[in-house]
Amino acid sequence: MTKAKAATPSGEFPHKLPRPKDELARLKEVWALPKGWRILSAVNNTVIGYFYIATAFGFFVLAGILALLMRTQLAVPDNDFIGQETYNQIFTMHGTVMMFLFAVPAVEAMGVLLLPQMLGARDLPFPRLGAFAFWAYLVGGSVFFCTLFVGMAPSGGWFMYPPLSGERFSPGVGADFWLLGIGFIEISAIAGAIEIIVGVLRTRAPGMSLDKMPIFAWTMLILAGMIVFAFPAIILATILLELERAFGWPFFIAERGGDALLWQHLFWFFGHPEVYIIFLPAAGMVSMIVPAMTGTTLVGHRLIVVALIATGFFSFGLWVHHMFTTGIPALSLGFFSAASMAVSIPSGIQVFAWIATLAAGRLKLTAASLFVLGFLFVFTLGGLTGVMVAMVPFDWQAHDTYFVVAHFHYVLVGGMVFPLFAAFYYWAPAFSRRPLSERLGKWAFWLIFLGFNVAFFPMHITGLIGMPRRVYTYPAGLGWDTLNLISTFGAFVVAGGVLLILVDLARNLRPTLQDSAGNVWKAGTLEWMENHVYGARSVPHVDSREPLWTHPTMTDDVHEGRYYLPGSVTGARETIVTSPVEGAPQCVMRLSGPGWAHVLAAVFTAAFFLLLTVKLVTAAIVSGVLAVVMILAWMWDSDPASAGTVDIGGGIRLPTYVSGPTHPAWWAMIVLILVAGALYLSYVFAYLYLWTVSPQGWPSADALPDAPGPAAAAGLLVASGLALAAASRVLSRKDRFRGALAALVAFGVITLVAALALDIWTQWRGGLRPEASGYAAMVYANAVLQGQIVAAIVVMAGFMLARLAAGRLDGSRRVVFDNLAILWWYAVGQGLVGLALTHGFPRLVG
Amino acid sequence: MTPRRAITSVSVPVLLSGCSDVQSALAPMGPDASRIFTLAGILFAGAAVVMLIVLAALWIAMRGSPDARRGLATDRAVIVGGIAFPTVTLIALLGYGVWVMRANITPVDAAAVQIEVVGEQWWWRVVYRDAEGRRIESANEIRIPVGREVEFRLTSADVIHSFWVPNLAGKLDMFPGRTTTLRLSADRPGVYRGQCAEYCGGAHALMAMEVVAVPEADFAVWLATEAMPAPAPVGETDKRGQTLFLAAGCGACHAIRGTSANGVIGPDLTRVGARRFIAAATLPTSRETLARVIVDGQHIKPGNGMPPFRIFSPGELDALSGYLAGLK
Repeated sequence: MTKAKAATPSGEFPHKLPRPKDELARLKEVWALPKGWRILSAVNNTVIGYFYIATAFGFFVLAGILALLMRTQLAVPDNDFIGQETYNQIFTMHGTVMMFLFAVPAVEAMGVLLLPQMLGARDLPFPRLGAFAFWAYLVGGSVFFCTLFVGMAPSGGWFMYPPLSGERFSPGVGADFWLLGIGFIEISAIAGAIEIIVGVLRTRAPGMSLDKMPIFAWTMLILAGMIVFAFPAIILATILLELERAFGWPFFIAERGGDALLWQHLFWFFGHPEVYIIFLPAAGMVSMIVPAMTGTTLVGHRLIVVALIATGFFSFGLWVHHMFTTGIPALSLGFFSAASMAVSIPSGIQVFAWIATLAAGRLKLTAASLFVLGFLFVFTLGGLTGVMVAMVPFDWQAHDTYFVVAHFHYVLVGGMVFPLFAAFYYWAPAFSRRPLSERLGKWAFWLIFLGFNVAFFPMHITGLIGMPRRVYTYPAGLGWDTLNLISTFGAFVVAGGVLLILVDLARNLRPTLQDSAGNVWKAGTLEWMENHVYGARSVPHVDSREPLWTHPTMTDDVHEGRYYLPGSVTGARETIVTSPVEGAPQCVMRLSGPGWAHVLAAVFTAAFFLLLTVKLVTAAIVSGVLAVVMILAWMWDSDPASAGTVDIGGGIRLPTYVSGPTHPAWWAMIVLILVAGALYLSYVFAYLYLWTVSPQGWPSADALPDAPGPAAAAGLLVASGLALAAASRVLSRKDRFRGALAALVAFGVITLVAALALDIWTQWRGGLRPEASGYAAMVYANAVLQGQIVAAIVVMAGFMLARLAAGRLDGSRRVVFDNLAILWWYAVGQGLVGLALTHGFPRLVG
Repeated sequence: MTPRRAITSVSVPVLLSGCSDVQSALAPMGPDASRIFTLAGILFAGAAVVMLIVLAALWIAMRGSPDARRGLATDRAVIVGGIAFPTVTLIALLGYGVWVMRANITPVDAAAVQIEVVGEQWWWRVVYRDAEGRRIESANEIRIPVGREVEFRLTSADVIHSFWVPNLAGKLDMFPGRTTTLRLSADRPGVYRGQCAEYCGGAHALMAMEVVAVPEADFAVWLATEAMPAPAPVGETDKRGQTLFLAAGCGACHAIRGTSANGVIGPDLTRVGARRFIAAATLPTSRETLARVIVDGQHIKPGNGMPPFRIFSPGELDALSGYLAGLK
C-alpha cells in the first residue's frame, strides 16, 4: 500500500502516528456530556441540534393537527364541527406555529446540527448562545402554543393586521401573546443567526476557502444574513403595536394620525424574505443530497452560489407583492411585479443545476431521492403559480383566496418540508446507530406526495371560483363543496405519511455520538466522517469541495489523529478559528462547556415576556432581573485569559487569545450592530412613511421644543463618545490607570443616560404626549429604541467594571471592553441620528 | 337542530336554484373580469408548458440516452434553462401584464355611476347619490346599471375589509381613514355574489353581498324609488309592527327613512324587504328569517353588533318582521 497523501499543501500530515496514549482520553473527558438528566445543561451542537430538530418537528406535528381540524371543519358546507372563534384561533395558530415555531427553527436547527460537522469545527463558536436560543424557543413556544387550550390564543391571523389586532377590535390577551411571544422567539432566531454567521465565516477547517465551502453552508450563511436584516422589521412592528395596545400610542389608528398600512409594509418587509429564509437552506440540503445520491459533483456550483446570493438580495425588494390589492399606485405595482418575477430566475438556475447533476450521474432511487424528486415537482409548480400571482391583475382576483393557499403551500411544503424529510432520510445515518427504513420512507413519500397534491391542487380552482381564505364556513351551492371534500381527504392522506415517518423515527432513529451507521451513501463532505461528542478526532485540511472523494482515506486519517488539533491543547474545549475568506488558521478559541446559567437565563427571559403578557408586572420584572443575572453569570467565565501560543500540528502555532477583528466575538458584535441598525432603519422608514401619509400631523417649526434642548442632548452624546475614546486609550496604555478607566466609563454611561432623559424631558415639557397622535407616538418610539440600547450598555458597563475590579480585564484581555465599545459607539451614533430626525426633520419640512 | 344546520336548510335550496358560478373569477361578466380571465388562461397554458419542459428535462436526465444526458449535464444547459429561458418568457409576460393593467390606470370616466361602500364588521354600507348629491343609503345589496362604468369609492368604518365581486372584477381593500377607488362594469343583467376577501375578524366568513346588474332604464327607476321614504305600513299588523319597531328602540341603530328611526350604527332598513338577502347575504329575506335575526342574531352571525331582542311575544315578533318584510 502506497503512503496516503495528506490534503495539506505540503502533502504531509500535520501529526505523526502513533499519537500519545492519553490524548484521545483527554479529548473525550474535555468534551464529555453531562450524565443523566443533567444532559439538559449540555451545549454541544450535536445534542442541542437534536433537541432543536425534535422540538421543531414536534411543533410541525402539532400545527399539522390544527390543519386537520380546519380541513375537517371545511369538509362540508355549513359545518358546525368547530365554532367561529375557535376556528379563527386555529388558523391563526396554524400559520404562526408553522412559520415561527417550525420552519425557521427547523432550518436553524439543521444548521446547528450539521454546520460544525460539515465545516470541520468542533462546535459552534458560542455554544451557550446556541443553547440559550434553543431553550428560549422551547419554553416560549410551548407556552405560546398552550394558549390555544385555554381559548386565549390570538385570532387575528398570522399576519396580525391592525386595526383588527389593535386594542379596540382584539381586546383580549391573545394578540399580546402573539406580539410578545413571537417577538421573543424572533430574538431567539436572531441569536441563532449570529451564531451561524460567525460559525460559517470563522470556524471552517483550515484550507476551506469560501469557494470550497459546501452549498449548505452558503445557504445557512445567506439565511442568517437575511434574518439579520429582515427580522428587525417585524420586531419593530411588534414593538409599535404592543406600545399601541398597552399605552394607546396610535401608530396604526387612522383617526389619530396613524396608518394601518404601515404595519403591512413592515410585516411584509420581513414576511417575504421569510419565505426565502425557509426555502434557501432547504435548497442547500437538496444541493448536498443530489451529488451524494448521483455520485457526482454538483453541476453549476458557482452559478448556484450566485443564484443564492441573488435570491437573498432580491427577496428584500418584493414585499409589496403581498399588497397588490391595497390600492397603491400602478407604477410601484409595476416595479414590484417585475421584481417578483425576477426572483424566479435564481430558482430556475437551481432547478436546472439539479437536473444537470442528475444527468451527469446516476440517481440512486432512495427514500431521500424520492423526496428530492417530489420537491422538484411540487416546488416548480409552486414557482409557476408564483409567477401568476406576481402578475398584478391576476393577483387582484387570486389574492386572499384559496388559490394563494394552494400556491404558498406548494412553495413552502414543496420547498421546505419535502427537502427536510429528504434530509431526515439522508443524514440520519450520520447521527444514528441505524439508518431510517427505506421501505417505510418510500411509503411515507408516496402518501405525502399524492396526499399533498390531492389536498392542494384542487384549491387552485376553489380559489378562482370564489372561495376566500380564512373563512370558517361556507354556504352550499357555490360549487365549492366537492373540491373542499377532496382537499380534506388529501390532508388526511398526508397525515398518514407523516405518521409513517414518526413510526420510522421511533423504530430506527437511535441517536449516538460514537457508533453511527456512517457514510452509507458514500458522500463526499466532512459531516460523513465520524461524529463524536467532540466532532471529529482531528481537524482536516480541506483542499476540495468533496474532501472525502478527493482523499478516500481522510476519514481514517482524521480518526487516527493525523490532522490538526488531535487533542485538547489548552485542556479546555476548543476549535480552530480561521480567516473568513481563505480559511487560514488564525487562533485557537476556547469554547464554553455545559452549565445551567444559560438554561435558567432562557427560562427567565421567556417568563419575563409571558408574565408581561398576562400583566403580572411585578413577577415579570423579577424574572427579567433574574434573566439578566443569569446571563451575567454565564458570561463571567467566558473570555478566559490567554494560555499562550499552542501548536496545532504541521508547524502551525496559534495564539489562544486575540482581540479586535480576529476574535469571533468582534464579528458577533458587528452582526448585532447590523441587527440594531436594521431595527433603527425600519423605525426611520416608519417615521417617514407616517409623515408621507399624514404630513398635517407634523408640527410646524415653532411648535417644536426650542433648539437648546436637543443641542444639549447632542452635546451629552458627544461627551459620552469622548469619554469612551479616552477610556479606550487608557485601557491600551497601562493597567495602573484602573481608577481613571472606571471613572471615564461611569461618566460616559451617565452622560449617555442623561442625553436620553434630557431629550424625553424636552419633548414632554413642550407638551407632547405619546397618545396624542401618530407623530407624537413616533417621537417617543425613538426614545424607546434608544432606551433599550442604553439599558444594554448600562448592564454591559457594570459587567465590564466588575471584571475590571476582579482583575479579569486589562490592556490585552480586553474583549469585554471592546464589545461594549462597539455597542457604545453605535448608541452615540443612533442617538445623534435620532435627534436630527425628531428635531431636525420637522424643521426641514415644516 | 343546531343553529348552523338551520341555516343550511334554508340556504341550500335558494342557492342551488341559481348557478354555481355566481361568485367565480372563471365566469367573467364584465370587461375587467374578462381581461383577467384571458390573462389567467395564458398564464395557465404557459405554466403547463414550462412544467412539461421541466418534467421532460428531469425525465431525460434520469432515463434519457447518454448523449442527451451529456448535453444536459453542463453549465450551458443550466444557463439556457435557468436564465435565458425564464428571462425571455418573463419579460414578455410582464409587458402583457402591464398592458392588461393599463385599463385600470386610465383617468376617471366623468359619467361613471358613483357608489360609496363602507366595510363594517360584518356587513356593507352602500351609499348612492341622486342627481342633487343627496345620500341614498342601503346595505349588502348593490344595484348597478348594465353597460355603464361604475366607480366604487371604498372605505372602512373599523378594520380592513376587501371588496370582491369576482364575476365583475378583481378585489380592492377597504381601509379606515383611506378611500380606494374601484371601477368596473357588468356586460349583462344578473346577480353576482361578492364576499369580503380580507380577514376582518369574527364572522368574516359571513360577510357577503350581492351585486344586482339591471338594464340602465330599470336602474334609474329603481334609484328613484330607493330615494323615496319608506312606504307607510298598510293594514293593522304592519302598523303594529312599525309601532313596535319604534317603541323597542330599533331606531337607535337602524334608519327607516320617513319614520323617526334614524340610527346610523346598523344597516339602513328603508327597503330591507326588497333585498334578496339579509345579514350580509347570509339568509334569504323573509318574515321568518327577519324574525330569527331579531331574536337570535348572535347564533346566525356570532359577535355581530346587534343584541338579541327576546322581549317580543310571538304575535309581536310576527308583526314586526312582517312590517320589515313589507318595506319594499
